[in-house]
Amino acid sequence: MKSKPLPADPMIRQLIRQAQNTQMGRRTLLAGAGAGATAITLAACSSGAAAKPTAAADTSATNKTLRWDNWALYIDVDDAGSYPTLDAFKAQTGISVKYTEAVDDNNSYYGKVKDQLALGQDIGADVACLTDWMVSRMIRFGYTQELDHANIPNLANLLPSLQNVDFDPGRTMSVPWQGGFAGLAWNKEKYPQGLKSVEDLWAPELKGRVGVLSEMRDTMGLIMLDQGIDISGKWGEEEFTAAIDEFKKRVSDGQIRNIKGNSYKEDLANEDTLAAIVWSGDIVQLNAENGDKWGFIVPEKGGTLWNDNFVVPIGSPGKKNVEELINYYYDPAVAAEVAAYVNYITPVAGAKQAMMAIDPLLAEDSLIFPDDATLANAYVFRGLDGAEEQTFNGQFQSILLGAA
Amino acid sequence: MAFAAFSSTAPSATAAPSTDPVARRRSPVALFLLLPGILYLVLFFLTPLVSLLLTSFQSPREFGDIGQFDYAFRWQNYVEVVTTYWPHIVRSFSYALAATFFALLISYPLAYFIGVKARKWPLLQSLMLVLVIAPFFISFLLRTLAWKQLFSDESFVVQSLKALSLLGPEAHVTGTAFSVIFGLTYNFIPFMTLPLYTTLERLDVRYLEAGNDLYASPFQVFRKITIPLSMPGIVAGTLLTFIPAAGDYINASRDFLGGTGTQMMGNVIEANFLVLQNYPSAAALSIILMTVILVIVSIYVKRSGTEELL
Repeated sequence: MKSKPLPADPMIRQLIRQAQNTQMGRRTLLAGAGAGATAITLAACSSGAAAKPTAAADTSATNKTLRWDNWALYIDVDDAGSYPTLDAFKAQTGISVKYTEAVDDNNSYYGKVKDQLALGQDIGADVACLTDWMVSRMIRFGYTQELDHANIPNLANLLPSLQNVDFDPGRTMSVPWQGGFAGLAWNKEKYPQGLKSVEDLWAPELKGRVGVLSEMRDTMGLIMLDQGIDISGKWGEEEFTAAIDEFKKRVSDGQIRNIKGNSYKEDLANEDTLAAIVWSGDIVQLNAENGDKWGFIVPEKGGTLWNDNFVVPIGSPGKKNVEELINYYYDPAVAAEVAAYVNYITPVAGAKQAMMAIDPLLAEDSLIFPDDATLANAYVFRGLDGAEEQTFNGQFQSILLGAA
Repeated sequence: MAFAAFSSTAPSATAAPSTDPVARRRSPVALFLLLPGILYLVLFFLTPLVSLLLTSFQSPREFGDIGQFDYAFRWQNYVEVVTTYWPHIVRSFSYALAATFFALLISYPLAYFIGVKARKWPLLQSLMLVLVIAPFFISFLLRTLAWKQLFSDESFVVQSLKALSLLGPEAHVTGTAFSVIFGLTYNFIPFMTLPLYTTLERLDVRYLEAGNDLYASPFQVFRKITIPLSMPGIVAGTLLTFIPAAGDYINASRDFLGGTGTQMMGNVIEANFLVLQNYPSAAALSIILMTVILVIVSIYVKRSGTEELL
């Protein structure tokens, strides 16, 4: 279309030109933005490939530093804020460790590093301690490096029950750091009759005062065990759905007050919940802070057992240093030192004997050094494949979101 | 657009006919000075937005594992999230609306007192303003956690309410719609009070006197003079409260004041993104949240006709 001739008045002509110019400016700007967006689109599309990343070259021989991401309150700390066992490790091997409490949740930690892992890049950590199911997923995706057992002679001290797990037979990719039970806890003052099984949580007196964990494998694991299913064995969607139905019923009729992650401890402390599905180590700590107020039991029909495991991310150049670190912590004396502080279950055989020398009282604590009967009653939730993870997580989350 | 409500100076500056010959030319210096801002917007606004939009149309990879998606044009994602999560969408906006309403109800008299009544005592005025802002010195999360403790079953508050039979013996406060709306209202009150204060502080009381002289009742003066004159503050305050409240996921979180029955869109997005690794659903919900807010706000600003007042 031909544009209209400009009016004669120079003032108006000038104004129109100016208006046209600004319009052009806006148009160029939009075009530029469009080009930028296209570039982003192309960049985003190109990274969609699904090939497994390859491990980074190991520079451990020359670089004697190590970056370790772990959970809060999960290692021995002295009053000065340094880590005695790590200091001893440095004195012994010359490797200095940068220890970071970077993991506060498996999912959010994974969310932060997964894109770098997929590209085989360094995530800023040479070793991270993550829970079984997350390790299972990372191994499936090829995000972990294979450990050389020749460099970890102390691995012989690993408890036999943990040597072969379904997600990592022979422990070639992961080695346990600490573990714990999910079981039942109750407020001994307000609910003196106590609990023996998951069924007891559904007592009418506890209506609206029961808490459960937002960790699907612990809450569903306990309910499934209560329904007589071996959660480590072969079970399928049918068994899971039966447990989900029970769970859904207890949430919708108000028996279960809330479903929480780590913050369930506050609910126990302020007595919003009088009975709950809990992690063993937390109860040890809560009792230490509040004067032995809560009882804990692994239910008669079974509790869940989980471990957080050392894994070496695919992009880390310090695998050999990590192997030295693992070897060090598998010395029973060192393991006992850590166990005396963190109150979780150590996977190292012989640590109990070593603990006798440090603190005989703790060595007798069945939550830190469980006896064989307790261990026999604790089950590891079986590994899920990708499709199962999506379905089961989806069903569980829909109850948590109240959408079911 | 909506944001014109905040930019009171921009329209007048561009509308004023420029007599300065330098400003009339397109100056490369001006463009150069704009560059950092534009770059910033492209990097931190446009890029994530485009990425979000592309993600929202992704489809699950065939035989793929959890969290594996391919770029596609799967618009059904939007249909699916709306059919699955419509209660959360409705809940988000009704909670945000309720919180905005209560915040306005509390903030207006407060701002009026500070901005108009307390003019005679500047010290009191500043002291009250400090009191409004003071909670900001403590983390938002900590304050919300504190309310959780105050509302716990064995707390003084709940026990007293039960003793007065205002609350049934089995009733709770935490994890209910009440505690979530309370938390939202409480947390966003300063965002409502401050804009209201700035407009009311400039309110010319002679208009009110004139209205009074013309035999208007106090209520009529308030409705016909005070409210219209403070409209920019009301609009800014309600927007600053409503927009973040609709997208909030802390107050409604099960770990804070919420329960399974109070989950809002933010919580659904979080669960889809972090736990379920269902990025397209999370992205589609985010886009829906943004669009709905944008539409509501545009209509609101247009209907309230504040452009003329600004």
